Formats: sequence, C-alpha cells, structure tokens
Amino acid sequence: MTVNYSAFLYLISAVFFILSLRGLSSPKTAIKGNVFGIAGMIIAVCATLFSPVVSSYSFIIAAIAIGAVIGLIIAKRIAMTALPQLVAAFHSLVGLAAVFVAWASFLSPSTYGIGSSGAIAVSSLIEMALGVAIGALTFSGSVVAFAKLQGLLSGKPLRFKGQSILNIALCIVLIILIAHFTKTQSGISFFIVTLLSFALGFLLILPVGGADMPVVISMLNSYSGWAAAGIGFTLKNSLLVITGALVGSSGAILSYIMCKAMNRSIFNVLFAGLKQNQVDHETQNEEKPAHIGSAEDAAVLLKNARKVIIVPGYGMAVAQSQFGLEEMATLLKKDGIDVKYAIHPVAGRMPGHMNVLLAEAKIPYEDVFELEDINSAFTETDVVYVIGANDVTNPLAKTDPSSPIFGMPVLDVEKAHHVIIVKRSLKGTGYSGIDNPVFYAQNTMMLLGDAKKVTEEINHYLKE
Amino acid sequence: MPGNVTEELNAVTQSVSQATQQLENARTHLQNLTEHILNSSSVSGNDFVFLLTVFVLACFVGYYIIWKVTPALHSPLMSVTNAISSVIIVGALIAAGPESFSVSKFLGFLAVLLASINIFGGFAVTERMLSLFKKKKG
Repeated sequence: MTVNYSAFLYLISAVFFILSLRGLSSPKTAIKGNVFGIAGMIIAVCATLFSPVVSSYSFIIAAIAIGAVIGLIIAKRIAMTALPQLVAAFHSLVGLAAVFVAWASFLSPSTYGIGSSGAIAVSSLIEMALGVAIGALTFSGSVVAFAKLQGLLSGKPLRFKGQSILNIALCIVLIILIAHFTKTQSGISFFIVTLLSFALGFLLILPVGGADMPVVISMLNSYSGWAAAGIGFTLKNSLLVITGALVGSSGAILSYIMCKAMNRSIFNVLFAGLKQNQVDHETQNEEKPAHIGSAEDAAVLLKNARKVIIVPGYGMAVAQSQFGLEEMATLLKKDGIDVKYAIHPVAGRMPGHMNVLLAEAKIPYEDVFELEDINSAFTETDVVYVIGANDVTNPLAKTDPSSPIFGMPVLDVEKAHHVIIVKRSLKGTGYSGIDNPVFYAQNTMMLLGDAKKVTEEINHYLKE
Repeated sequence: MPGNVTEELNAVTQSVSQATQQLENARTHLQNLTEHILNSSSVSGNDFVFLLTVFVLACFVGYYIIWKVTPALHSPLMSVTNAISSVIIVGALIAAGPESFSVSKFLGFLAVLLASINIFGGFAVTERMLSLFKKKKG
C-alpha cells in the first residue's frame, strides 16, 4: 500500500470519527455513532499496518491482543458509579502512550521520515517536545484524578504555601528546557522535559477538590486530545491532528459547560478553590429549626400529588439508590402521577454521570430533564424529592451576593408546594460548606438517613 | 575551402554537444535543487502550515458537533472521545513496525499495548452505557 493510499484511508477514518460524535446528538442514533467510531479505528489501524513502514507483525499483534483482553474485561466489570475513575484511568493511558510515541520518534526519527538522529528539523523538535509535555501532564494529572475519585487520595483539596509560584516556576523552566532541546537536540533535556511535565501534572491536579472533578475530568479529556494532535504534528499525520482537535475541543467545551454550571472560571477551579466561610454559617445552623418528617409522611405527600419532580445528586450515586427511585416512580405513575427528573449539569463526578446512573435503573430518558428545560416547571409541582443533592438547590446562589456560590444556576426547588429532602444528617452542609435555607423552609420536610434505605421505606408505604 | 567547412561543422557540433552538456548539467542541478527544496525545512514549514490549517478547521468542526451533543450523553461522549484519541496507536504501530529490534520498537510495543486497552475498553464501555438508555416501554 503506498503512502497516498494510506493517507486516503486516514481521511475516511477521520470522517467516521466525525460521524461518530455526530451520532451522540440523540440517544436514538448514539449506538450507531459508537459503531462509526469503531469502524474509523479499524480503518486507521489497518491502513497503518498495511503501509510499507510496518514490516514486522508479531510484536504488534501480541500487544493488541493483550490490550484487547485487558480493555474488554475492565469495560465489562466496571460499576456504573465508578465510571469517572475509569475514564480518568483511560485518559492516563492515552497520555503515557503519547509520551512513548514521542520518545520513539526522538530515538529513531528515520522511521517516521522526520530526519536522522541528531539532525531532526527544528519544527519537528518543537512539536515533539510539546507532544511529550502534554502527554506526560495528561498522564500524571489523570493518575491523581483517578486516585482521588477511587478514594486512594483524599478528595479534599491538597494545598501548600507557594504552590502557584512553584507551578509558574516549573512552567518557565519547562519552556527554557524546550528551547534548549530544540537547539541542541540533547536527549538529557528531552528527558528532563518529560520528568518536569509529569511533576506539573501532579501539582496541577492535587489541589482540586472532589466536587470539582467534573471540570478536571473534562479538562484531562481535552488534554488527551491535544496530546494526540501534538504527536500528529510531529509525525506529520493529518488523522492524528484531526482526531486530536476533535477530542481536544470536545473536552474544552465540556469543561466550559461545567465551569459555567458552577459560575466559576477554569482558573478559579484550578488555582483558587472555593472561599471557605463555614464558621459563621455553622453558628446560624443551630438556631433554625428544621421540620423533620418520616418515610410515612413522605409517602402520604407523594401519593396525594399530581406532579412530582425528583432531583438526584451525588449522594444518590454514593448510596446506589437509583433502583429504589425507579421503583418509586413506577409506583407513583401507577396512580396516574406525573413523575419527572431534574438534573443539574454538575451533579455527580463527571458530565452526564447522573443520566447514565438513572438509565442504568431503566428510567426512560424522556423523563429526565436538564436544568434549563425543567426549571420553570417547579412552580406547578406538588412535591419535589431531593435526594443526595444540596448546593445545586441552594436559593442563596440567586439572592446572596456574599455567598461563594452566588451566580451559580440552581434548581428552583423552593418554588414547589412541598419539598422533601433526603439527607444523611442536618449537620453536613454540602461540599461548599454553606447552609441551604431550603432545609428550614415552611414547605420543606427533611428525611434523615441513607438515601437508599429512606427511598425503600417510602416505597414500602406507597405499596400499602 | 571544403577543409574550412568541415572545420566549421566540427566546431558547430562541438558547441552543440557542449550546450547539450551544459543543459544536462543545468537539468541535474535543477533536479538536485528541487530535491533539496523538497527535503529541506522550508517545505516542512509548508507541511506545518498545512497541518495547522487542518488542525484549526478540525477544531471548528469539533466545536459545532460537540455543542449538538445532548447533555444526557455527556458521559458516553467522554468515553468515546477517549477511545477515539487512542488513534495515537497509528504512531505507536509505526514505531513498533521495523524488523530490527531497538528501544523505539520496544516503546512502540508498550504504546500499542496501552492504546489497545483504551480502544477496546473505551468503545466497549461506551457501548455498555449507551445500551442503558431506553425509551419508555410501550
């Protein structure tokens, strides 16, 4: 197969990748989209395998076979609640693969047709250094994100004095080293560039808290794309450049959506963190009485409603109570009650996480609505059932300019006739550490306990 | 007189052959020059501009497509883009391709392995997620 021939196949492959992403515009076409993606990948791999640059196959086939077995087993076994850490782990693999490819291209540039050892074109050197830097950063950043999501590292932000100064210093040293590398083609400076980028990835993600993970994961998604594009520039391969750009912009857009849903900038998420003002709110906490109800009261309220909206949050995922929710919705629907779900963009630990968990419990996707599509419906809703969500329902975001979450779009649950809030205890104040006035409102009933147990208890009374 | 004609003829033939030789030289020179230009960094600069064009246009395509993705499918979007970004395997295959063994071939082998985990795992988990999204019964 000639070079032109494989270039043509790469183009077809790129078109398939675009169609694949296009398929995700609706759940109806999404499965077809995934098939397009697989087809694009098969074409890309075959076009490379049958091109003259590849002449030895045994190693390659062994590597693909081992990878396939590992990948398929992981994909089959993983629990849907653990999706965020799985995606983080996968991102780290792309990053590391990019590092290896960049090193391979540095060590034997003639294989890639970009010159010979010690005489690589300057443009290729710059691209190589950028590719290795972004790849290494993606790898170590994703490893930290994985460890945090998996609970191996504390989800709390890890900060120390002079952190930002250290990061900036590292960036400057990195740029100087890349310049040095392009001038001298020295392997040692390339190695140090790799090491420093690993370090930078760790340092960038360590200070980010658990609830900001949707932003971090999207950002790392974006990085893995830019890493692929960087390698594409080095190898002068347009397929890698196109795909990298697609993935990179996808991750960037997701990060933007997540940041907007928290009314914060990406710099704020990465470097500043949320202002902590727990202390003065905690004192207020004890003065206000909350109306604490029982599962039976909740069942009565739900039974007498005509319209019910369920607001799930990360607490629902932790307690695995989506199956109980589905049962509750089915019981209510039997009595002719209208049941819908309202999802805030940053509920969960990755974009769209709640939707997958609800779908796992066989909740039809037509019943699940995004914030802007359902927010006007709360005024005509009889009962809102908030389960494991807190900050995303806090009306202070609309009224109190001094609140750290002021300006964040929230679900207007307080506008419904009745609000039922399931929470482990009254003391916890969500990740932002701020109090939620909805808990103490006249029309609110608090149900204290594990989300799964409480929902099952309500179902028990609904069946009677 | 005839002697003169022969001499002149000889001279003309000689200059013609000289000119042909010069032309041939010029041609080889030009050929070398073209090859030199094609191989030199100035054209790899053109390559860069070409790839940059492709890159920027692809970013725009990505921008418009991704905004059309329904928020409900943002998790599958992340896992499928993750699988697709493993197209970096193309670079890994080239590194692992040569017959002779070298460090870069070994790095290529490792990269093929990592990217394969990602490709198979990524597409399979996306498929699993998407199969969960069901319409209402009946």
